[in-house]
Amino acid sequence: MPRIAVTVDGIRYEEDVEPRLLLVHLLRDRLGKTGTPVGCDTSNCGACTVMLDGKSVKSCSVLAVQADGSDVVTIEGLATAGTMHPMQRAFHEEHALQCGYCTPGMVMAAIDLLREDPDPSEETIRHGLEGNLCRCTGYCNIVRAVRRGAQSMGQAVTTP
Amino acid sequence: MIPAQFDYLRPGSLQEASEALASDEEAKVLAGGQSLLPLLRLRLAYPSLLVDVSRLEELTGILDERDHVFIGAMATHDEVLRSPAVIAGCPLVALAAATVADPAVRHRGTFGGSLAHADPAGDLPAVALALECVMVTSTRQIPAADFFLDYLEPALEPGEILVGVKVPKLGPGWGFHYEKFHRTAQAWAIVGVAAAVRRANGSIQEARIGLTNMGPTPVRARAVESALQGVELGEAVRQACAEAAEGTSPTSDLHAQADYRRHLAQVLTHRAVNAAAGRP
Repeated sequence: MPRIAVTVDGIRYEEDVEPRLLLVHLLRDRLGKTGTPVGCDTSNCGACTVMLDGKSVKSCSVLAVQADGSDVVTIEGLATAGTMHPMQRAFHEEHALQCGYCTPGMVMAAIDLLREDPDPSEETIRHGLEGNLCRCTGYCNIVRAVRRGAQSMGQAVTTP
Repeated sequence: MIPAQFDYLRPGSLQEASEALASDEEAKVLAGGQSLLPLLRLRLAYPSLLVDVSRLEELTGILDERDHVFIGAMATHDEVLRSPAVIAGCPLVALAAATVADPAVRHRGTFGGSLAHADPAGDLPAVALALECVMVTSTRQIPAADFFLDYLEPALEPGEILVGVKVPKLGPGWGFHYEKFHRTAQAWAIVGVAAAVRRANGSIQEARIGLTNMGPTPVRARAVESALQGVELGEAVRQACAEAAEGTSPTSDLHAQADYRRHLAQVLTHRAVNAAAGRP
């Protein structure tokens, strides 16, 4: 069984993994990071989105062995000392969730899109969140939350 | 679903990878895994061994050469669409790569992987065909026209690995567009059209058209290409594009009937040629 070393939310783990173990199952079942849900099982919905070496990926479509030597950040790694990440707070304040199942992936994808455009227009946000589905169809509030999150992350959002 | 069991190898060299693949006919190459992992999860594929080529040096990087851009097989769609060499030398590749699925998939999915997967519904195979790319493998060079043999069947021998792709630079006067029709970001193109058009003196001198998802392999719309030669922009272009479905054999599936795909091919080819020719 391959042995991998992976850093998750700042903590380094060494794990023996079956090759077929998916990253999302490593996170949830082995490391207890249940903040990252399994959604669609087919890499469509984006609920399981995490950062892998700084870029968003769907953790149901990455094998744990492929993450060997990598740095993973999940939704659980965003808050610092009990204070929510500005993007998490923005989702809370803008009521950008109903059932909340898509939220961890939405927040990760939102933070990822700000990496490229810290001042995103509504269109940029919608395009950047293309890979994340909300089946409560609460997209309007999600887009608002991302704009607010961008703002409070220290970037003024000026475009309407 | 959890995939069926398989062994995993991360070889240290291209030769080691080739040997492992050649010695086991149920072995599969693993690149970014964005096509393969969903297949494994749905248990539509049962490889005995995955050979992870993602960390092989030879397969990485994008090089700006004199008459072509060399794109390493492991270059991700995200790297490709941002590459200054690709944007300057072969912009059609960047345009098509930007339409692949969504950002998270583009961070993992690779240029070489999508070509070697040889899915006619993938966006890059039609582009590689239209641009007359050359596939560089661990043993030889294969023109794109000889590479896509059948549905999910590339012209790779057992143990042969796609290392990278030479994308010819078409030079000044050419315009490009990739027109894709699909319902959601993650869905395959129902039909896609890759167009490269050379214009001079208000008319089209030369055109190359690749079609996505119009048969078991990507296809060139040869009838349109010859009908477009010397044609002035306007109504004549629409007439030429009416031949887009000629010689194609599109499938009927959940998303569209074959006759609808034939119709789409005409409409989308018209749009793609106009856009490539700089006409809104």
